[in-house]
Amino acid sequence: MTSRTDRRPVRLAGTLAATAALTVVTASCSAPGGGTESKGPAAGTAVVGIAYEPDSLSPLLGYGKDGNSKIFDGLLTHDEKLDLKPALATALPEISEDGRTYTFQLREGVTFTDGKPFTARDVVFTYETILDPNTNNASRTELDALDRVEAEGDHTVVFHLKYPYAPFAERTVLPIAPAHIAGEQDVNSGDFTTKPVGTGPYELVSWSKGEKLTFKANPDYWGGAPKIKNFTMAIIKDDDVRATRLRSGDLDGAILPPNLARAFKGEGDETYAAKSFDYRVVTLPTGDKVTGDTDIRRALDLAVDREAMVDSILDGAGKPAYGPVPTDSPWFTQGTERAHDLDAAAGILDKAGWKKGKDGVRAKDGVRAAFPLWYLSGDKLRQDHALAYASDAKKLGVEIEVQAGTWEVIQPRMSKDAVLAGGGSPADPDFDQYTLLKSSLAGDGFNNMAHYDNPAVDKALEKGRRSGDHAERQAAYDTVQRELVKNPGYTFLTHIDHVYVVDDRFGPLTTQVEPHDHGLASGPWWNIEDWKPAT
Amino acid sequence: MARMTGRRLLFAVPVLLAVTFAVFAVADASPFDPVKAYAGTAGLTASQENLDQLRANLGVDQPLAVRWWERITGALTGDLGHSAVMRQPVADVIAERIGWSVLLAALAFAAAVLAGTALGVLAARRRGSLLDRAVTSLAYTLEAAPIFWLGLLAVWFFALQLGWLPAGGLTDTGSSTVTAGQLTTHLILPAGVLAASQLPWFALYVRQGVGDALDEDPVRGARARGLSERTVLLGHALRSGLLPVLTLIGSRVPELITGALLVETVFSWPGIAAATVQAATAVDFPLLAATTVLATAAVLLGNLFADLLYGLADPRVGFDG
Repeated sequence: MTSRTDRRPVRLAGTLAATAALTVVTASCSAPGGGTESKGPAAGTAVVGIAYEPDSLSPLLGYGKDGNSKIFDGLLTHDEKLDLKPALATALPEISEDGRTYTFQLREGVTFTDGKPFTARDVVFTYETILDPNTNNASRTELDALDRVEAEGDHTVVFHLKYPYAPFAERTVLPIAPAHIAGEQDVNSGDFTTKPVGTGPYELVSWSKGEKLTFKANPDYWGGAPKIKNFTMAIIKDDDVRATRLRSGDLDGAILPPNLARAFKGEGDETYAAKSFDYRVVTLPTGDKVTGDTDIRRALDLAVDREAMVDSILDGAGKPAYGPVPTDSPWFTQGTERAHDLDAAAGILDKAGWKKGKDGVRAKDGVRAAFPLWYLSGDKLRQDHALAYASDAKKLGVEIEVQAGTWEVIQPRMSKDAVLAGGGSPADPDFDQYTLLKSSLAGDGFNNMAHYDNPAVDKALEKGRRSGDHAERQAAYDTVQRELVKNPGYTFLTHIDHVYVVDDRFGPLTTQVEPHDHGLASGPWWNIEDWKPAT
Repeated sequence: MARMTGRRLLFAVPVLLAVTFAVFAVADASPFDPVKAYAGTAGLTASQENLDQLRANLGVDQPLAVRWWERITGALTGDLGHSAVMRQPVADVIAERIGWSVLLAALAFAAAVLAGTALGVLAARRRGSLLDRAVTSLAYTLEAAPIFWLGLLAVWFFALQLGWLPAGGLTDTGSSTVTAGQLTTHLILPAGVLAASQLPWFALYVRQGVGDALDEDPVRGARARGLSERTVLLGHALRSGLLPVLTLIGSRVPELITGALLVETVFSWPGIAAATVQAATAVDFPLLAATTVLATAAVLLGNLFADLLYGLADPRVGFDG
């Protein structure tokens, strides 16, 4: 070896170090965030931060089942007030006398973004594939009422139900997939799940898993080309990081917890608090001597201070919940509100023979009024609710031990232990109440976690889902809510608002009433195809 | 040398089989449920019948040994299976991601070797000096710091406080194409953190090796003959002092892989290591099997590479005795 070659490593290192140093310097000059400041916000571009990422983009596997999927359209869609309106259908369906046949006329001249026409075949394909047990769709139960779908020509589709199911039309917001693409591959793992093709206002440009979804406007959209040409959804699970990136100009809008959203007031940003059906609730399992006791249930229902929870935990962005239906919904039964009344609660327990012992905990027939309450570990909102509930119960003489666990830990204990759960679906009262309260669904997956068993409620639930008459349905759900006052198998705590902050250059926006799931469909961008940004 | 390579490759087969089986067994015994992971939020409203059907479709109702055997024999026929958590074929997951991981790891590794060597040499020249003490304490500090903590610290400081560098991802939020400029800025933090976690080993080893070499007779003789410090350092001390680094390069591969797992997760880097973490928490057996094999193969190759290099660099060392 000569000395020349010996010298090379050190020289090389020097060169590399210099290059690296240069790169750092130049990089720091062209920092991101500077990107938006230097050229000004692009009018036709929107970047929003969300906390949730879909598992798949295939409607056949459950994506977009509640509408607003952006890439696809359903037969029907929801407007701002959650009323149904036609999308790929030309009108709302004709429903037969017995409530078991739904006929849709389809819009003509609609094409998928690959240029192929949309026909009745695609609708039949989509529904049949979802009903197929070999399709790994975890939401198949939602189409339980559906027996079969048939096409009559290219532009008519007929759905036949197993039993009359009043809210069935609500289910037809689910997105339609192209039979000529999705039908040619494995439904569970084909390309279509990550590279979807639909009829919707946007096309997927790219999906970087765990990072973001990028969309571009579909210029040939049947509803007119969207003004926002480029739309990005950045997936940022951490609230603080999301808020920071919103402040740095990296994002135009984001979902934020109320306390972080407050900091954005009057900075060229607009804050939207979307009303929701998203409740937080404590399950009181029927199978436990304490939580299954009607007097304990009723006492807890009165002892809990819901207003305090809304003020302290939710920062005012929410409202007290007395049942699955929020107080401002037309389905809500007026008069079922319960005031916070610790004395009345204590009176119920005194009368029933639950006497306070030396340790301040009540007991009856040798049974102490004590039970564990589980919440999903890592979920701060549920933790806060659980702790507040336990401290309210303590004042009453009921001892609640709050514990955190994953669903794997919680599930085997659901029949005995209380759980801080969440849920809520705004489109129809049947959607969340049936699975929450129907006695035959006790212990079925995560349905009816409290094993609630009330024959009057069971009867009303069946009536509510089968009757095609609105007044009859309203009466049925009034019965359910009144029964929940007499025997609250769950303590409903709050309905939480979903808070969003968006750059005000997009003008005034709207929000829909939102479900428990924070899907891609929620937020002021539910109708981004209709936004008219100030240029 | 060829014989050693052949022997090692034969030896790799039982190792790979054992490691994949062990990973399957651990994943199977973990509290995570593949069906719940697959169903996500929809699983919370699904009927039990629906969930049972999913369990059968995903094939996770089969006994562990059967599943493992199916995966191994499938892989041999070129079918890597389907990833449940990614909803796409395992081969696609790997093809899409491995390039980003290799880029990140190679860059971090090169930076760690070069910077570590440079610091080690600087420290060795004046042992006990202020510079030496600074380098040594920096190395020990970095060695003790957990890498995910370093990563979060870097995000907090460079991205959140100073706003110099992006906090994660491959490209800017608003862009859908990967450009060289964006890639560079997004690479600096994750590669820098990964390099910093690997650097102490090289710095300390080089310092030791070069320092010892500087005390050896030939070096002392060279200095006595009045040769320049530079010639002494580069011609004599470095050659014998860098030998340990060669062996170290190969044997650092396992550390590099575990480092990448955490760094990719912290920085949302769309690489194969991040996918491995997701596969593990979702108990996605097919993807887990593939990533395990890849990682094990990388470790075995790294060790082989280290021994070969050492054998080539130092004729006194034989190949496997």
